[in-house]
Amino acid sequence: MTSIPRAVTIVGASLAGFNAAEALRRDGFEGPVTLIGAEDHPPYDRPPLSKQVLAGDWEPDRAALTDTEELADDGIEARFGLRATGLDLNARELSLHTGETVAFDGLVIATGARCRTMPGTDGLSGLHVLRSLDDCLALRADLEAGPQRVVVVGAGFIGAEVAATARGRGLEVTVVEALPTPLGRVLGDEMGSVCAEVHRDHGVDLRTGVGVDRIEGDHRVERVVLSDGATVDADVVVVGIGVIPNTEWLEGSGVQIDDGVICDASCLVADRVTAAGDVARWPNQLFGETMRVEHWDNAAAQGAHAARRLLDEATGPFAPVPWFWSDQYDRKIQLAGRVRPDDEVRVVNGSVAERRFAAIYGRGGRITGVLGFNRPRHVMRYRALIEQGATFDEALAAEF
Amino acid sequence: MRIVVDFDLCESNAVCMQIAPDIFEVRDDDFLYILNETPGEADRSRVEECVQRCPKQAISIAED
Repeated sequence: MTSIPRAVTIVGASLAGFNAAEALRRDGFEGPVTLIGAEDHPPYDRPPLSKQVLAGDWEPDRAALTDTEELADDGIEARFGLRATGLDLNARELSLHTGETVAFDGLVIATGARCRTMPGTDGLSGLHVLRSLDDCLALRADLEAGPQRVVVVGAGFIGAEVAATARGRGLEVTVVEALPTPLGRVLGDEMGSVCAEVHRDHGVDLRTGVGVDRIEGDHRVERVVLSDGATVDADVVVVGIGVIPNTEWLEGSGVQIDDGVICDASCLVADRVTAAGDVARWPNQLFGETMRVEHWDNAAAQGAHAARRLLDEATGPFAPVPWFWSDQYDRKIQLAGRVRPDDEVRVVNGSVAERRFAAIYGRGGRITGVLGFNRPRHVMRYRALIEQGATFDEALAAEF
Repeated sequence: MRIVVDFDLCESNAVCMQIAPDIFEVRDDDFLYILNETPGEADRSRVEECVQRCPKQAISIAED
């Protein structure tokens, strides 16, 4: 049986955890709230890390979501630089990497995800991933040191944004993508090809359908050897090949793990335990599908939902239309919905040639998603249709 | 209640427009337009949702 906690501990102090803490106070929870984060920094916003901060247009403090003083004013106890290493649901205790144990009553699991890395590349300088503020500042320092060539491994959204920002700094950029079409498994080949052309329009040397065999260098990266035997000289290499949810600390705790923390439709994991953000896998009833979503918007909304669920057992299912944006060069790419690469795709507004358009995706007679290139208005309108469960024909007939 | 948008922060993601299309509109020139700067109290909860959900925290409410 579940009950309302007297105090809430949140593990993970990024967007989902921060929003959970804020939502508890906004909803009038007066008990103790503790926010535990593995990084030394107070919560900050990640989207600018591949754009404004990396470009050097923003100083890092502009990405801050809050500071310790503001958290204290809200009665949130902030404990940063502490990594959770274990969970005991019976004793209701967390273990931290320092050996300390922390008792909890209500718990929000929001430990996020970490970057996949390439095996055999430990200790090479000039080799980067991009997830945290520290990652960003290390990469920024390397981009400012006057490199000749930047190689980005992986043409997903992070890789694409890093490539765009590096081009904006006037650097030579090669992007290596194992798939024949960038984002082909997300957007399908037709729309993935549009993304490829955007990079080529901006002078990126985009190599597709080719993997990375190894990264060579003596202490520092010197070249990337591709699976077709070609080599690309590199002073800086950025690897953007996806993330892994941070669930190892929950092994053996009784919490069910399967590429994320398994939650029910309302984000509940166990008695007085919820999960949110990149780490959470839950059945989204709007789509009849269990999903784990790595978007900004999801972390913010799910964090608040997971907090509310602790306070009110009647809190309903979390069933949003997933949505994200990616700013690359002068394009704002947005995708809403749950699309598959073999969905039917129709351009409903604008011009693909001008890279200003909206396209909708359909499957089984329903609209499943909308992709926009500089078309935020249309994306939001079609997103509302997806939420309403509109048919593909209704969406095609809609005029915005 | 008066809506204040920091247009230096706004990136025209149009999240506000999905929540309150009668108050916020992003047009095809990629800019956000406020259709009603002083909505009534009945709209407060929707505007507060826009404030919370804005990815750039560009919206605020002034009480004057």
